Amino acid sequence: MAAATGVRASGGATPSLRHRLAERGIDRHLWLLLPGVAFILLLFVYPFLYGLQLSFRPLKGGGVFANYKTFFSDSYLRDTIWITLKLGVPAAVLNVAASIPIAYTMRRWRRGRRTLTALLVVPITLGTVLTAEGLLNYVGPAGWFNKVLRNLHLVKDSVPLLHNYWGVFLSLVITGFPFAFLLISAYLSGIDPVLERAASTLGAGGWQRFRHVTFPLLAPGVAITFCLSFVLAFSVFPSAQLVGNPAGSTHVISIAAYHAALEQYDYPLGSAIAMVMAAVMLVIIGIVLLWRNTLYKGSSGGKG
Amino acid sequence: MATMTPVATTAPSGDQPRARRRIVARPVTWIVWAVVAFFFVNLLGVVMSVVVDSFGKSWFGTWLPSGFTTHWYGDAWSEFGLHQVLWVTAEVALSVVVISVLIGAPTAYVLARRDFPLKKVVLLLFLLPILVPPITYGIPLAIVLYKAHLAGHLTGVILANLVPSVPFVVLTMTPFIEQIDPKIEAAARMCGANTWAVMIRVLAPLVVPGLLAAGILVLIRTVGMFELTFLTAGPTSQTLVVALYSAVFSAGIRAQQSIDAMAVIYTGSMLVLLLIALRFVNPTQLVTRVREEPTA
Repeated sequence: MAAATGVRASGGATPSLRHRLAERGIDRHLWLLLPGVAFILLLFVYPFLYGLQLSFRPLKGGGVFANYKTFFSDSYLRDTIWITLKLGVPAAVLNVAASIPIAYTMRRWRRGRRTLTALLVVPITLGTVLTAEGLLNYVGPAGWFNKVLRNLHLVKDSVPLLHNYWGVFLSLVITGFPFAFLLISAYLSGIDPVLERAASTLGAGGWQRFRHVTFPLLAPGVAITFCLSFVLAFSVFPSAQLVGNPAGSTHVISIAAYHAALEQYDYPLGSAIAMVMAAVMLVIIGIVLLWRNTLYKGSSGGKG
Repeated sequence: MATMTPVATTAPSGDQPRARRRIVARPVTWIVWAVVAFFFVNLLGVVMSVVVDSFGKSWFGTWLPSGFTTHWYGDAWSEFGLHQVLWVTAEVALSVVVISVLIGAPTAYVLARRDFPLKKVVLLLFLLPILVPPITYGIPLAIVLYKAHLAGHLTGVILANLVPSVPFVVLTMTPFIEQIDPKIEAAARMCGANTWAVMIRVLAPLVVPGLLAAGILVLIRTVGMFELTFLTAGPTSQTLVVALYSAVFSAGIRAQQSIDAMAVIYTGSMLVLLLIALRFVNPTQLVTRVREEPTA
């Protein structure tokens, strides 16, 4: 926005000012930024700030922090943080941890990669609603999954995978794993394979090459992938409602926020819960990024 | 495994010199194959059980339904008012594509070509709506839109869906414009073209592929966007995915098969869009556009 005011100032009769500003990159072309920046300020930044100040103006009175007090004193609401973390962290860890060896092994397969990538994009584009609907049929008591297990005599009755923690966890893996895999393989393709060959000439075995050459270069990418996977899993909403137990074991924080804001019309409390949700995400991301800052940050010699 | 094991030792020498990696296949490779295969088998199971059920007459505890029929599609079409739902979906998606390209393209141009104070801040401003999950900013956004009496009908749905779409267009198109040689613009200016003429007659034809890519990606993301539409839609402004959610959520009222039929219609339209998109763009672009900033 400083750019826009700068332009207005240069509209006057001081050509030298306009010159000086143009030298620093401020000229009338920056007006082209106006629609985009104004849009984001109006519909992204403003609602967030509005929600923040709204959360300090509780409907029923009781002081500035009354909404936050309600949230942290009501165990039904407070536990949503723990419930969501218990879903989100393991799901993100599993998705990232499974992606690394798979992407690492597959990085040499030139032919199959594009097909595989295209296939993996499918569950992401289909989204959680369809995944949930599919899971209802597939892992239900009469679904194919349990039928196969029964015919293999692995279980007697059926594995309860619906309307509990595991239903939501499965849906988070189905949509989250492809996402993590695609990011990790993008980061891997940015690491020059010559580095590994160099390690190989020095006598490093397969595991040593991965552990001491590739993984340290990949670690910053792993940190980012973990952050994005975690944020996705932490904001789980539709599948927690459809294949979870939204009033009990999967009463996640987004359900609590939605319930308060748009079902009880307690906008301030809803905003407060949304702010808590954002804060928890920031804390986790902050921890991961702090760890990332201790890692090697130089060139990885690849195209990335 | 830590010792040196030359890969080609056990490969049959002579007949197929190129295929040595395949044949040796260390245990790790087998495990990776198995995990990937297991994932895809289950994914296929999830999708196919919806498709099969939507064509089934009745299906109780057997491997396949007792007979096949297509009448659930007709039922779904009338019960869920799919005619209107599809129309709304198309309206929302196309408006979002057009508006976000109109807003995003000029911004992408400036970000690609200019260096100015606070550029990092502006970039961050466009990165945040993509990185922050929609449900987090969606609730305050929905509150603001409800207070402004915009939510509950089409305008609110379109506005809400624009929030992640505009930054997405900006971040998809910026690298695309960066790789167009600025000398072409300089040449046009030297020949006397003003900014407007440069934009319309020189740049626009060159960025058409980038526009198409950004447009189709936004289209897919908008059709599949559940959270923002769900938070702002009223009864007459539901898109397909939200209608599907409502149907699944209130399961038991309608026949499961007609819900599945709607799910198949949704899947089908997404797959068609996906096939179109894959002709224009790199699949990873569908997921995210995060690039490592050199300073980060």
